[in-house]
Amino acid sequence: MTGKEYRTITDVKGPLVFLNKTEPVAFGEIVTIRLADGSIKNGQVLDTSDDLVIVQVFEGTAKIDRTAGVTFMGDVFKLPVSKDLVGRILDGAGRPRDGGPDIVAEENADIIGAAINPYSRQSPHDFIQTGISAIDCCTTLVRGQKLPIFSASGLPHNDIALQIARQAKLKGSDEQFIVVFCAMGITAEEYNFFRSDLERTGALENAALFVNLADDPAVERIITPRLALTAAEYLAFEHDYHVLVIYTDMTNYCDALRQIGAAREEVPGRRGYPGYMYTDLAMLYERAGIVKGKKGSITQFPILTMPGDDITHPIPDLSGYITEGQIVISRELHQQGIYPPINVLPSLSRLMGSCIGAETTREDHKSVSDQMYAAYAQGRELRGLVAIVGEDALNERDKQLLDFSGVFEDRFLRQSRDEDRSIDETLDLCWELMSSIDTKYLVRLDQKWIEKYHPDNKA
Amino acid sequence: MSKEGVIYRISGPVVTATGMSAGMYDVVRVGNEGLMGEVIELHGEKAVIQVYEDTSGIRPGEPVINTGETLSVSLGPGLLTQIYDGIQRPLPTLEEVMGVFITRGVDADAFDLEKKWTFEAVIEKGAAVEGGQVIGHVQETETIVHKIMVPPTMSGVVKDIKSGDFNVTETVCTLEDGSEIQMMQKWPVRTPRPYRQKYAPDTPLITGMRILDFLFPLAKGGAAGIPGPFGSGKTVTQQSLAKYSDAQIVVYIGCGERGNEMTEVLDEFPHLIDPNTGKPLMNRTVMIANTSNMPVAAREASVYTGITIAEYFRDMGYDVALMADSTSRWAEAMREISSRLEEMPGEEGYPAYLSSRIAEFYERAGRVETKNGDDGSVTVIGAVSPPGGDISEPVSQGTLRIVKVFWGLDAGLARQRHFPAINWLNSYSLYPQSLNQWFRDNIAQDFPEIRTQISGLLQIEAELQEIVQLVGSDALPVDQQLTLEVARMIREFFLQQNGFHDVDAYCDIHLQYSMSKAILSFQEAAKNAMAAGAQLNDVVNVPARTALMRGRFEKGYIDTIDDMVKSMVDEIAATVEDN
Ligand SMILES: Nc1ncnc2c1ncn2[C@@H]1O[C@H](COP(=O)(O)OP(=O)(O)O)[C@@H](O)[C@H]1O
Ligand SMILES: [Mg+2]
Repeated sequence: MTGKEYRTITDVKGPLVFLNKTEPVAFGEIVTIRLADGSIKNGQVLDTSDDLVIVQVFEGTAKIDRTAGVTFMGDVFKLPVSKDLVGRILDGAGRPRDGGPDIVAEENADIIGAAINPYSRQSPHDFIQTGISAIDCCTTLVRGQKLPIFSASGLPHNDIALQIARQAKLKGSDEQFIVVFCAMGITAEEYNFFRSDLERTGALENAALFVNLADDPAVERIITPRLALTAAEYLAFEHDYHVLVIYTDMTNYCDALRQIGAAREEVPGRRGYPGYMYTDLAMLYERAGIVKGKKGSITQFPILTMPGDDITHPIPDLSGYITEGQIVISRELHQQGIYPPINVLPSLSRLMGSCIGAETTREDHKSVSDQMYAAYAQGRELRGLVAIVGEDALNERDKQLLDFSGVFEDRFLRQSRDEDRSIDETLDLCWELMSSIDTKYLVRLDQKWIEKYHPDNKA
Repeated sequence: MSKEGVIYRISGPVVTATGMSAGMYDVVRVGNEGLMGEVIELHGEKAVIQVYEDTSGIRPGEPVINTGETLSVSLGPGLLTQIYDGIQRPLPTLEEVMGVFITRGVDADAFDLEKKWTFEAVIEKGAAVEGGQVIGHVQETETIVHKIMVPPTMSGVVKDIKSGDFNVTETVCTLEDGSEIQMMQKWPVRTPRPYRQKYAPDTPLITGMRILDFLFPLAKGGAAGIPGPFGSGKTVTQQSLAKYSDAQIVVYIGCGERGNEMTEVLDEFPHLIDPNTGKPLMNRTVMIANTSNMPVAAREASVYTGITIAEYFRDMGYDVALMADSTSRWAEAMREISSRLEEMPGEEGYPAYLSSRIAEFYERAGRVETKNGDDGSVTVIGAVSPPGGDISEPVSQGTLRIVKVFWGLDAGLARQRHFPAINWLNSYSLYPQSLNQWFRDNIAQDFPEIRTQISGLLQIEAELQEIVQLVGSDALPVDQQLTLEVARMIREFFLQQNGFHDVDAYCDIHLQYSMSKAILSFQEAAKNAMAAGAQLNDVVNVPARTALMRGRFEKGYIDTIDDMVKSMVDEIAATVEDN
């Protein structure tokens, strides 16, 4: 239904339009605004009362004046969903961007998305092999997990995300993921990089892209991830697909949130971001998972760039409080020329415990992962000490650990962009590298695994 | 004014209604779908309502109906083993009605109203009863007897009472004045339930976690705060407490946190055995899950729902432990609602009443004499999630002002995979004084002295570490090097405890004592041997010490530890002769 057109705009401020008395307008209702030149903008109701209605305009408020005509569309924002979304490229508001036809809806889905009943969830437990040693060994990814990449500007997070998208598979299975890619305010260059890579590998046919670029309307970014996740939910829970959602860059999303908050003159939380940002982010991130009685799953890979490389900045901080771990990219390692420059020390996969071991990866995985981590952590710490007291002051154990930290970075972390290591290869590599340390210092390794896997015992 | 008004304004979870007579905290039904809400502010004609469900699509002009009730929970047999949302709707029922996604406008009874329970009267006709008095028993789960009490506001002489099978809404007892008592009663969540008097706590809540029980004990009826940045172990600690602490009833509130964490608890608890009773853990547990993506107003209510249920079991004379993970999310829900009300903000946008709400919540903890004359307690353990891990923020500070136990989680320790990552240098408990007698009487006469020695060694280590950072440990005199080794043993053997280990996740308090003594025995033996010329390196590396330390991962350690200590002492003494 389309209602009457109102010409009652009183104020325009930032991305917001304020209107006087109208018909009763629903909270969250979709709005179109017709300008004098006939062009149309879209928006959504943020606040509604008998006297005043506040609308957030997705395309920005440029050129809106008090004569613009406002029509309330009678419904909240819905995305037409269908299996045909796979293989399509849409813009940040869900319109075709690839010159193709409109999506013929099998269903119109509310983009806000209802919360999954915690009682209806199923614990994720299927190991996803990414082929990247640092991730598979130390911060293992599980199907249905939400695991963000905490990066910063100028670092190769896109390459890592793409490598994961290309290589991710269940161990011993060829089952492919459907990729739902969501761009929020990234540059055209970055976007082309993603698209051509997906094209090159043929993954584009198995992907749905929602694209809002840097020069697209900022406020639209509020809805872009919601569209992507609505599509993902539909594909996962109505059509049994395993969906991998990559969205980038969450920092642009949060900045759009901040812009709206400021225009509403809300009391800001930390660093000017709205006090409800935690809840808002949770309503995206929590749309990952597996539910009872459905075959599909949603795995999320949000990418965010930490302003000032600061992990305590509200964007990574609030994200880390919601997601099931994080993969932290290090500028220092990147500058040393190591790809992928993953710093395993602050990285974490909270669901790892549920997916590693004899039945899924290998019996020695936990033991190896703990030992690799511990030895590297100690080695890194010794670098600091050596800088003060010199290498000669180190005892034998410390010398070995110090050397190990270098080898860890050079041989374990470092791999090429198309190198797809199986989990066995990764774990064997770990044993090979750890054999440079005297076994009596490898206290986290179970004796039985030393006997079985240590190169000295294998030959 | 009437019971029915209309919606004037909608702003997210906050709705304003006009033309309706309303009192504070009245429960109302909002809009054509009858969404549940609660009046939280009155402005002349207007009532401001927080709505417990999503408000998208609701319009001004739709009706609002005042139910005249205040936000209450239903209390009675059927609570245990249940999992609720923040306003006590059972999640399994919601799943039946709505499927896996939570839609809106659905009511659900807190528990099965039809199920028959066997009620056994414990008083007789003619007895004079008062509010809170126990009148009968129901065996609710294998381990827990649910005591049916006279509602707190009622009293009189029993005209009739009958044992037998009843559902929770059937009358089991009638008083002379005609009032009837059923097994289910209601209580408004924002009002603490009454008791006769509060006592000073004198018994520890034994948790099976060494660093907590031994160094920073919490009393039954006390309150503790666990602040820490993400990934430092708040949730694992809370879950361990829910699994192993020696409370008789556990109320676990997942407040604004992850969905999968609640699923994990739901998957795990039915299969876990309570080390204190040998029976499935689920039997003593009530869960409340209002995850981060569920409506914020219901998140605000969830902690009150939880604590009221906890008080109800306390009133039966039970020791109840309540975990709230995380209280910061509750505070943020208050902030979100408050900013929609356009209230004058206090620090960091939180409402000015934040600290008094936090204080009121923790004040509902306590050890009391119940209205029935029994001893009951509610222990509250709240996780706090400070932004960026910096506890100078309002929620952490508001919490620390009121709780007597501070378990400070440390990102650095978590990064070293030292778990539980509780910082032993800045954490504290103000209870040891009142608990020392209990430890002397029940564990060992010298328990408090041993604790002092252990924590003293950790303090000394911290000072020595500063020197080591500058000159390396080899530059220290050997006696100080030994102190460092002893302290390392405390950290790695005693303080570290993997929350997921089959055996070591729970450590009996007697065993904790033996382990602490084992460390002091090592110190003593090493000192003697080194005085007689032994090398530190040899002393530290005796195989029996490694065996002793590994022993904690094996079942039956409590029986073998004394012999293992003896072997260690012997081997250390033997290092003298080797030289
Ligand atoms: N006591 C513990 N034993 C073993 N591992 C722990 C322990 N505490 C925390 N961890 C590890 O740290 C991770 C994060 O802990 P969690 O309790 O979820 O942190 P928080 O709730 O503070 O964000 C867990 O997934 C686990 O790997
Ligand atoms: Mg947590």
